[in-house]
Amino acid sequence: MLLALLQRLGQMLFVMLGISILVFLIFFATPGADPASRIAGRGASPEILEAVRKSFGLDQPFYVQYFVMMKKIFITGDLTSFVNRGWKVVPAVLDTIPVTLSLVIGAAVLWVIFGLLIGLVAAATRGSWLDKLLMILGLIGISMPVYWLGEVMNLITQSRFHDTWMFSWVPPLGYKNLTDDPKGWFLTLIIPWITLSILYIGLYGRVLRASLIEAMQEDYIRTARAKGLSETRILLRHALRTSLISFVTLFGLDFGALVGGSALLTEVVFNLQGVGKLTYDALQNLDLPIIMTTVIYASFFVVMANALVDVVYILLDPRVRTA
Amino acid sequence: MLAVRDLRVSFRTEQGLMQAIDGVSFDVAEGEILGVVGESGSGKTVSLLAVMGLINDPNAVIEGSIKFRGRELVGLSPAEMRKLRGREIAMIFQDPMTALTPVYTIGWQIAEQIMAHEKVGKAQARQRAIDLLAEVNIPNPSEAVDRYPHQLSGGMRQRAVIAMALSCNPVLLVADEPTTALDVTVQAQILDLVRKLQRNYKSAVVFITHDMGVIAEIADRVMVMYGGRIVERGTKRDLFLDPQHPYTRALLDSIPPLEGKRPKRLRSIPGSPPSLLDRPTGCSFGPRCPQRFEPCAAKPELVGATNAAACFLVKAS
Repeated sequence: MLLALLQRLGQMLFVMLGISILVFLIFFATPGADPASRIAGRGASPEILEAVRKSFGLDQPFYVQYFVMMKKIFITGDLTSFVNRGWKVVPAVLDTIPVTLSLVIGAAVLWVIFGLLIGLVAAATRGSWLDKLLMILGLIGISMPVYWLGEVMNLITQSRFHDTWMFSWVPPLGYKNLTDDPKGWFLTLIIPWITLSILYIGLYGRVLRASLIEAMQEDYIRTARAKGLSETRILLRHALRTSLISFVTLFGLDFGALVGGSALLTEVVFNLQGVGKLTYDALQNLDLPIIMTTVIYASFFVVMANALVDVVYILLDPRVRTA
Repeated sequence: MLAVRDLRVSFRTEQGLMQAIDGVSFDVAEGEILGVVGESGSGKTVSLLAVMGLINDPNAVIEGSIKFRGRELVGLSPAEMRKLRGREIAMIFQDPMTALTPVYTIGWQIAEQIMAHEKVGKAQARQRAIDLLAEVNIPNPSEAVDRYPHQLSGGMRQRAVIAMALSCNPVLLVADEPTTALDVTVQAQILDLVRKLQRNYKSAVVFITHDMGVIAEIADRVMVMYGGRIVERGTKRDLFLDPQHPYTRALLDSIPPLEGKRPKRLRSIPGSPPSLLDRPTGCSFGPRCPQRFEPCAAKPELVGATNAAACFLVKAS
């Protein structure tokens, strides 16, 4: 077990190393990608370019540049922005992590609960009007782009109906610290949670329904029926357990990607200073140190989420344990 | 104990009504082994699934009467049916590889059935699971109880399935080709096991198979099915020594003889079973029958003194 864990850890480090090198090469070493000319601006004279190169350390060989950057990210933690010189990147990224984590974890709780519920109810009432209704609602949820949905939510809760009893509790946009103001944290995040999770609720509900219905055709379900078990028990203990495997796979991928910055649209719409927003802003003015740091952070979460999924597989499916 | 009368099972399909079972009647007495034999698609499994109440296709229509210990099963509520299933009527399926839920230990699955029907604690159910596993000759049962299905061989899994079926001491055990997916040596062990358990538990067994050799090995009485109907039934002895229906004769002819001259080729039955969508109006075996004559255009009834056959060649006595 310990060996497997260490092996996993080694794999994680390897993947992160690969990603960091790849991203570094894309931004610093692809033909035509000359950070110095971008920093110096359009039509800068060769002397200025040379001065910029020297000042930002871009005149050194690539491998030196790479190692210096990694050292500044991981060891000294004093990597500074190319755009606002002197702005420390690592603390800036660390500051955004709680925002993104709060948003994504809350939404994940919602979408897992409601995705499970919708999938189970739809599979249990297969072919009925309820099943059809849930599947249509799921499809609508999947089809609504999150930036549009977020704006509509804002329009309703912040403007049109803000003064009615329904939405007067909704605080203004922005993030409040969980430790300073737990109630404010919760209230500001409710609408973003719902907005972000609707897409995934629809998706997960539909995926779970399909895999439950597939599982219900299996021979072991017939055996369970022959044992005289109730339909509820068959669905929950026998069909769901095997169907959860595809659900968990999907969850690992989505959760990792969202924590890594894919919740960008939701963060922008609700003015949450999360990792996605930070990366987005950095991309706007090509602030390479920030991009490097957030990409490494994101890859860490994607790899972590996948490692976690593997652990859950082992819990769910005994066939994986011996392999 | 079990009395099935004029059972008809049909499925609504896009091509019209598909009659899988066309008026089947049979009885099973306490403690006997009834062998049901027939080709694939002859309706042997479907008729027993109907008895179990396990046909839950919304397009299935089940008519007729199934009386189990005086109780009518056709039209019984699902909740009532559930109480019978697994406790009084149990079933063993064909493929032990897929018949067990892969994510639970076999002990858990056996205990689950016991606890579904009886008020016993977890530890007690587990102990009974161990005893049952010992009874079906699984070596080292107290360890095997915590094994997952994928950790067992096919024969061992089938033993576990049998142990599970026997867990509530059923009066009737339906075995649907339990040996088909197994090696020949394991087949013989499983047959011995079924016979031994049938004696110990005094359960009646309905043994479905397409293998005449298995029937000869295990059954007391035999029922031959073809095209959703019973074509012949009788005691094993009568049926094997003096088959009445041309189909039964043809089936027996297709078994290689142990003694005498070795035939150049085994005799096979020309043609293939009728499609259930357009069954011939008369005898369903008619189109393939070597002894077909005019009366076969009408539907034959089961007649005969010792073993009854649905054939116009048989004289009612």
